[in-house]
Amino acid sequence: MSAREIPATYATRLGDNALILGQRMIELVAASPELEEELANANFSLDYLGQARLFYTYAGECEGAGRTEDDFAFQRPEQEYRNLLLVEQPNGHFGDSTVRSVLFESWYVLLLDALTRCDDEGIAAIAARAIKEVRYHLRHSSQWLVRLGDGTGESHARAQASLDDLWRFTGEMFAADALDDAMLGEFNGPDLVAIEAEWRSNVAAIITEATLELPDDQWMASGGKQGEHTEHFGFLLAEMQYLQRTYPGAEW
Amino acid sequence: MYESDQILEWLSQVPDPEIPVLTITDLGIVRDVDCSDGVTVSLTPTYSGCPATEAIEASVVAALEDQGVSEVRIKRVLSPPWTTDWISDDGRRKLRVYGIAPPERRDRPIACPRCDSSNTEIISEFGSTACKASYRCTDCLEPFEYFKCL
Repeated sequence: MSAREIPATYATRLGDNALILGQRMIELVAASPELEEELANANFSLDYLGQARLFYTYAGECEGAGRTEDDFAFQRPEQEYRNLLLVEQPNGHFGDSTVRSVLFESWYVLLLDALTRCDDEGIAAIAARAIKEVRYHLRHSSQWLVRLGDGTGESHARAQASLDDLWRFTGEMFAADALDDAMLGEFNGPDLVAIEAEWRSNVAAIITEATLELPDDQWMASGGKQGEHTEHFGFLLAEMQYLQRTYPGAEW
Repeated sequence: MYESDQILEWLSQVPDPEIPVLTITDLGIVRDVDCSDGVTVSLTPTYSGCPATEAIEASVVAALEDQGVSEVRIKRVLSPPWTTDWISDDGRRKLRVYGIAPPERRDRPIACPRCDSSNTEIISEFGSTACKASYRCTDCLEPFEYFKCL
């Protein structure tokens, strides 16, 4: 890949994670268990949307082909999105969405922290902006996981089931591919091996405090980073892209 | 050819669209003014998803064009990221007068903007905008918003 292609593609992937998770969180507005969670989901999804905009705009600049943030967000087919499978998983119940947040955000804060020190100034600047917001998200979701786990018998059982169910999507976060290697090797980017160790330790601490059990090592799903998505993704895109695809070039 | 002090003075009249008692200079989002080739104003967004960012940029362009500046450019600067530490003392005072408790460091109590009591408690981490939380005073019993420390 050329020198600008690596940050362009890497920023696109980061934008994809933010956009898809933001989209999932927006689905929870008017579907949250209480009013404060409505506001939390609205606020957090706005943060993710903002991060997606920053990453996509930067990717477009690096690419230099005139693509805008809207082109990245709404005009690509399924195979071109390179988000983790974890973020596209459906919301399910409150335990499912909380566990999804804890698992992803615990990784994302570590990744962003590493990216603030990488050699690509554009990505480092966005990461410095985003990490403040994601630390706040993680505080929120981890506090909820503790309440659910160390709650009633019902909330504990459901939270454990969510954790057992989503664990198979965590491996992908640390499975370095050619792009991760290029980012590390040429731009002093994140070391996913080091991040995995810290992530396991941090997540284990939250899970223990929640009186839950860490799932066993198991087969890990993958494919998101290569554009091979789970069965849920097509429906998400259909809803998200409907307006832009039905009325191409539409403006407010 | 303009002086950056003059530009900054004009910019200090531009209100924040969400909290109009504050100007964009009170908020600390104006990072630089460069008058070497037209006028380039560097702004830093507050939150990644702040919906007021474009409105503020449009206000800056309009305010300067109203003053006769013909070539206004906006530059978005992300680094270093904005922090509530950049809100001016005058900005903090204006927030208080308006009824919003200004951001405080974690170890400092949040005082009621109406009666100044420190006997306040949080109602919700979230308020009317992404940057604010909801509090109430247990002395005067009034609710108020708190500008979250970022």
